[in-house]
Amino acid sequence: MFDASPLNRRNARNEMLVRLLLGAMTGLLVLPVLLILGTLVYKGGPIISFEFLFTSPTNGMTAGGIFPALLGTIFLVLVALLASVPLGVAAAIYLSEYAPDNWFTRAINLAIINLAGVPSIVHALFGVGAFVIFFRFGTSILAASLTLAIMTLPVVIVATRESLQAVPQAFREACWNMGATRWQTIRRVVLPNAVSGILTGVILEVSRTAGETAPIMFTGAAFFLPFLPQSVFDQTMALSLHLFVVSTQVPGMPEELPFGVALVLICMVLAMNSLSIALRMYLRGRKRW
Amino acid sequence: MDAAGGTELAIRTRKLNLWYGTFQALFDVDLEIRHGMITSLIGPSGCGKSTLLRSVNRINERLGYVRITGSVDVLGHDIYAPEVELVQVRQQVGMVFQRPNPLPISVRDNVLFGYDLHAGGRRKSRAEREEVLEDALRQVVLWDKVKDRLDHKATALSLEEQQKLCIARLLPVKPGVLLMDEPCSALDPRGTEAVEELIWELRGRYTILIVTHNMAQARRASEECIFMLLGKVIEHTDTAEMFVTPRHQETADYIEGRYG
Repeated sequence: MFDASPLNRRNARNEMLVRLLLGAMTGLLVLPVLLILGTLVYKGGPIISFEFLFTSPTNGMTAGGIFPALLGTIFLVLVALLASVPLGVAAAIYLSEYAPDNWFTRAINLAIINLAGVPSIVHALFGVGAFVIFFRFGTSILAASLTLAIMTLPVVIVATRESLQAVPQAFREACWNMGATRWQTIRRVVLPNAVSGILTGVILEVSRTAGETAPIMFTGAAFFLPFLPQSVFDQTMALSLHLFVVSTQVPGMPEELPFGVALVLICMVLAMNSLSIALRMYLRGRKRW
Repeated sequence: MDAAGGTELAIRTRKLNLWYGTFQALFDVDLEIRHGMITSLIGPSGCGKSTLLRSVNRINERLGYVRITGSVDVLGHDIYAPEVELVQVRQQVGMVFQRPNPLPISVRDNVLFGYDLHAGGRRKSRAEREEVLEDALRQVVLWDKVKDRLDHKATALSLEEQQKLCIARLLPVKPGVLLMDEPCSALDPRGTEAVEELIWELRGRYTILIVTHNMAQARRASEECIFMLLGKVIEHTDTAEMFVTPRHQETADYIEGRYG
């Protein structure tokens, strides 16, 4: 009496088809990642060496290493973080813990979402207008980093706000009812429990910042510099722009060099992403509620 | 703070009306609760007992759309007066919630959380803090159970222990009044019994106001009883009296389980 009816069999067949189809689609997603990584490792892998990472380019950039670009990217990211993390975290704390739900707060939220949607080239032009010209930073690390910071601010704000809101309301109530002020509550209870999410957001920001090209090419990144930057008011080379340059702008470039640069860049980003995942898992494992 | 005018009242409300937006939840509530008494608030769901409880430490107004008329005096002082500092109110009037809500920090830090907040930057000596810690945990009969686990996370304790801890952490700031919103409803029968016993132990030292749905609990664990219906106080008498000879028909019906 429990034998499959024809309807059951048809349903089962459809079920299997759908499952196969969806599985195949998902598999397709992985394909580009594997192809990109595979090509880069295969073509660019051989050129990676200690010299490649830690010496300057020579012979009109067709030989030598990428050290100034590597260092420049690290500088740009660090300065951008110094600007965007305090600003973004502060804004997120205000929005999540203090702001009343009114039209003004909603307008700010809308602005943040829109800021995230602005194309990076528009950010670049804004950076030129605001930081390079108006604030007279010139084309410099400072101007480029601030441009990057503004571009990635929404990521920090959204990630921080989400991790703040993931802290159970009961904790806040407990604190308030013991006479804690909002700030005491935030500092002693909310922030310590939200820190894993905030860090994840920050690291994702790093990986995005490291790869951006448009916002920095007009504001502080140089084609080629024979020296390393001495202060935040100097220009710098950067990996992303360097990749663009060696791929398209210099004739007679050995084929493996651009692949090597891309490989280094993508490894940096992947390392950051893995770090964020590991950190999140570690910090999540420690909390229990 | 001493009771003004020599009255022995811990809580007194006069013509207390409360609206959530346009919905009126409390109607002309007049209450007098004496020092050191355990009073339970009973009544069917939605009768305003939690609302009343929550207006005694001004936690309602956080919602933003709450409007209040009339007065609530705690220990002789109007807590809705304009010059009142909310932090002081919260310190004097502790609140225990339905679900135990210990903070995700150690047992020790939970108990000393409020104490450290109100110590105001002055670092208390280690010995002093340990003394406060032990005293608070002893008052809630938890010391012997957790004295070896003071540095464990409070969220790892059993629910019963968590609820006792939530009571314990109110004590170091020396509150006069403890409000409890169905403090046992998340606990199993044994936990309920233990927490009830604890509440009974605390009578005389603190004025305790308990909201409960559990008739037997009101009967066992309180000295006075307030029956509310549709935002009004119907009856407020000695617990034993209310359960044996209720004065109002509504009270009798509710107690006998005809509605609720």
